Amino acid sequence: MSEQDPLRPAGAPAGTVLATGAVVGAAAGDADGATVPTARRPAWRENLTTFAHNRFALAGLIVLIAFTAFCFLGPLVYPTNQSATNLLNENLPPSSQFPLGTSPEGFDILGRLMLGGQSTLEVGFAAAIVATAFGALWGAIAGYAGGFVDAVLMRIVDTMLSIPFLFFVVLVGTLLQPTLPLIVLAISSVSWLSTARVVRGETLSLRTRDYVVAARGFGIGHLSLVVRHIVPNALGAIVVNATLKVADAILLFASISFLGLGEPPPATNWGRMLTTGINNLFDGYWWQLWPAAIAIVATVVAINAVGDGLHDVVEKRLQGGHG
Amino acid sequence: MTAFIARRIGQALVVLFLVTIIVFGLLHALPGGLVRAQLGPKASVYAVHQLAVQEGLTKPLPVQYLVWLDHAVRGDLGFSYKLNTPVSTLLAEYFPRDLLLTGLAIALAIAVSIPLGVLQGYRRNKGVDYVFSGTLLALYSMPSFLLGVIAIIVLNIELPLLPSTAQEFGHGFGTDAKVLALPVLTLMLGNIAYYSRYVRSSVIDNLLEDYVRTARAKGAGWSRVLVGHVLRNSLMPVVSLIGISFPYVVSGSLIVEALFDYPGMGLLFWDAEQSRDYPVLLGVVLLVSVAVVIGSLVADVAYAILDPRIRYE
Repeated sequence: MSEQDPLRPAGAPAGTVLATGAVVGAAAGDADGATVPTARRPAWRENLTTFAHNRFALAGLIVLIAFTAFCFLGPLVYPTNQSATNLLNENLPPSSQFPLGTSPEGFDILGRLMLGGQSTLEVGFAAAIVATAFGALWGAIAGYAGGFVDAVLMRIVDTMLSIPFLFFVVLVGTLLQPTLPLIVLAISSVSWLSTARVVRGETLSLRTRDYVVAARGFGIGHLSLVVRHIVPNALGAIVVNATLKVADAILLFASISFLGLGEPPPATNWGRMLTTGINNLFDGYWWQLWPAAIAIVATVVAINAVGDGLHDVVEKRLQGGHG
Repeated sequence: MTAFIARRIGQALVVLFLVTIIVFGLLHALPGGLVRAQLGPKASVYAVHQLAVQEGLTKPLPVQYLVWLDHAVRGDLGFSYKLNTPVSTLLAEYFPRDLLLTGLAIALAIAVSIPLGVLQGYRRNKGVDYVFSGTLLALYSMPSFLLGVIAIIVLNIELPLLPSTAQEFGHGFGTDAKVLALPVLTLMLGNIAYYSRYVRSSVIDNLLEDYVRTARAKGAGWSRVLVGHVLRNSLMPVVSLIGISFPYVVSGSLIVEALFDYPGMGLLFWDAEQSRDYPVLLGVVLLVSVAVVIGSLVADVAYAILDPRIRYE
């Protein structure tokens, strides 16, 4: 395996490869900062400034918030019936009554975009959280324990990585009943792997730090050392990785929806809407394809942009540049 | 060198062993059991028991695993009752077509990504770089089936140049080249987004190295430095990148084959998923995983041969 590999989140832009060695600087920087009594703005404001300095990331955050508001608050402003089909209204082009036209079942597509966005965003964020929590703990334990435990845990990660993830997710989804929580579980079951590798890499460099040795000297248990000291110090890398996981999970969810796995109708998601649009592609119902397509691509680009901004924040902190 | 290869092969064997355990575990995680899945919910208890005995499913699990492994190693991966064919026969028929599709897509993607990445790395944070980075990010943020659909809209509906399905595959070289064009293009575009970012950052790292300054100081022009020095050094990681990318490419082929009806393992898998044909599902997963393990092994060994530094970790 190459050196870059464990540091590279699945699907992360190569430009965001995280520098393991540099995290050491973060810990040291924090320690120094605590002893020097200089009046400076709180860290979160510094981070916010760094983040906002990246225009691309700021635009991404705004787009992401706008889409979230659209999906979760939109139905309050623009209520539509998304459970009873109306075959008289099927496949209508956009009009004043239906701003984005209607689906083959006669659902209003603008309202459906909100409903589908809810489950898409829920699955994306939930899968990223589950995968990150599990993967971070796994990687931290492997890196901290070292030796035989490390070898066993990481061979398991290698094994799971060699099973092409889409095949695995579809298989798990087929074996189990595809409800939303199980889809989240299926996506996390492949998505935690790269987190585990990233966090293991971080831990390998963190565990030799003085404060870890000191904590051990105080007789702290292994588990709380990992959970209280190692994981929090690898948090920067973990958060950037988790952001990219959201984007990956949304794409993966769309792919498995395209392959026919997902909640039964009338529930929907952007991937399923896109698939409907594809099935009716040759009928020229463009309004069934493009709204969902634009929603997915815009959201995923926005999340990647936010990840880029968070990466800047972490980088800046690593360089000890608090001011 | 020999020690490195031996260690790497040993690792691959461990991973292969774990893959078989996972696949075997999934086989037994079926709701209602394998026999029930084959005979359907209406089968009598007697019929279920009879087939279970016949298939050796009443034996202890470790024994079943060894028997299953013994059969798998000999190429016997079970029987598809839905298609009335041994799974190994199906795999032998479909697998070479996957090698063709993914091989072409990877080769073409690399042929495009390397010059693109070098250009972007050289002109980093300039207009050209931003344009390509933006385009690649958009490609990267698309589900691969959307990419395929856009290819169909442009090259089939708007400009009727290429067929939108690959069902006709296998009727001579002329038609094969035509029907393969869109699936290969789709799979390739996704990979270009993946590879060229990597080449770009590798080139940027290399441009900061001392040897670049030395070469420039000795009067070498940029084109010579880029092609003769930076490119050669940036290509090294690409070899291992290909190894890492196998699971992504194979996963992508599942979508592309389902979209274009290209008769490869992905389509076989998808059809098996629709008809709940479990022996085929598991056979495909086992084969693609083994292919990925062997592929990464070959890439790593090639990397070690090309770059002696990697052997002395």
